[in-house]
Amino acid sequence: MSRPLARIWPALALTVLLLGAWELYVDLSGLESAVLPAPHEVANALWNGGGVLWRNFAVTAEEVVLGLAIALAAGLALASLIHLSPLARRAIYPLAVGSQAVPIPVIGVLLVFWWGFGILPKLVVIALICFFPVLVTTVDGLGAVDPDQLKLLRTLDASRWQAFRLAELPAALPAALSGARIALTVGVIGAFIAEVATPTTGPYPGLGRQIMTDINFQTPRAYAGTAILFAFALACFHALGLVERKLAPWSIRPRGETP
Amino acid sequence: MAIELERPPGTPAPVQPRRPAVELERVGRVFAGAEGPVAALREITLSVGTGELMAVVGPSGCGKTTLLELICALQEPDSGRARSAPAALMPQHDLLLPWMDAVENAALALRIAGVPRGEARARAGALFGELGLDGFQRARPQELSGGMRQRIAFLRTLLSGKPVLCLDEPFGALDAITRAEMQEWLAGALAAEPRTVILVTHDVEEAILLGDRVAVLSPRPGRVLEEIEITLARPRRRTDPAVQALRERVLERLAEGAV
Repeated sequence: MSRPLARIWPALALTVLLLGAWELYVDLSGLESAVLPAPHEVANALWNGGGVLWRNFAVTAEEVVLGLAIALAAGLALASLIHLSPLARRAIYPLAVGSQAVPIPVIGVLLVFWWGFGILPKLVVIALICFFPVLVTTVDGLGAVDPDQLKLLRTLDASRWQAFRLAELPAALPAALSGARIALTVGVIGAFIAEVATPTTGPYPGLGRQIMTDINFQTPRAYAGTAILFAFALACFHALGLVERKLAPWSIRPRGETP
Repeated sequence: MAIELERPPGTPAPVQPRRPAVELERVGRVFAGAEGPVAALREITLSVGTGELMAVVGPSGCGKTTLLELICALQEPDSGRARSAPAALMPQHDLLLPWMDAVENAALALRIAGVPRGEARARAGALFGELGLDGFQRARPQELSGGMRQRIAFLRTLLSGKPVLCLDEPFGALDAITRAEMQEWLAGALAAEPRTVILVTHDVEEAILLGDRVAVLSPRPGRVLEEIEITLARPRRRTDPAVQALRERVLERLAEGAV
């Protein structure tokens, strides 16, 4: 068996098993499609409702990728600031933690008031949700650098900034990328929340909005949209694994498999 | 107190150093322990002449590493006076940075001093041949053997351009054969480019093979039990009866100190 196949067959087998059980359950229980559509109906909706779903998906994918990029930049910048300045740590960290408790719809109206019905309010929401895991893992990574390495740099007359750039930042990179993977998985649901909380006027409001509309009248299509988000999260997770291989090859452990 | 040993005929008397590069005067260092203060060093007086290689031997935990960090100004003495020309530390573990390749690690001090990347790499890379490392310029530290890593760490210390090199058990982690090779190599490297060296080791033979003088430290709190001047001609061979006699002598002194 080839290696990629060896890696994915357990997940494939489990998926097939779960879909089979789902199909069987719907058949036996006689549940209505509006409550729980059977997998074959979802597949049908995916196939036939394609155009709308894919165009909306393109909107959502753009939001997730851009929002995540902003979250990464913000998370790294804030983590560096917190690491370098005890004052900033005391000032910023508690607020960052608290920000995660803010129900997004509360600020939805304000975001639309500031930035309208375009992509920008969505990006802000996604970034707000996603920066936090990056921030926490990066702060920990920056603090976990080998103190002997810093000592060595001091004997070589490195400045505080050089020690940060040459040792602390690269040492924290794998942790930051782990944070990015967590951020990514919450980022997809973040896009959903963003689309629901801040309306769009265009013809394609994004997959999240589409799902919310479909859930009452075209339930199989809502599930089809969900399946797309499911696959998208998985694909992004893998892509980030490849990025890590490029950016931090020293941190790849032999057993560091990604799902 | 220095003890003159019989010099083989024809060997010139060692040149008396002018101004010492390193001077420790009744230096004491105390750390806070779990059960009250622990004295690491007590009344250490040591003077190392410019161009001299001072080997320091002592039992584990006698404060040898503390001694080097005092010389490198990474610590301050609690009592007494420590003065040294600018000193670079080669730590016990090579502490190569895993995110840099071999040349970049060797060139670390040059980069810190502001030498442009290309020039720093070229200068460090040019020395790889002499170290038997040609072809490994771009290798990452984790791809290299322990001996190679130590040589790169030594090159990094050497390229710092500091007149005093503090080597903390540089070959302690190596197997016997590699260690013997490295000792020979170090003797050659220092003959080609003389520096003042403080070599901390618990390998008595190594101290005698490489040192101009050997300082024997007591168990903690470390103080100098004896300084032995080694006037044997170089290159020295470990099988030389004179080397073996000195070894016995140092070991006896260490054993007496342990009582």
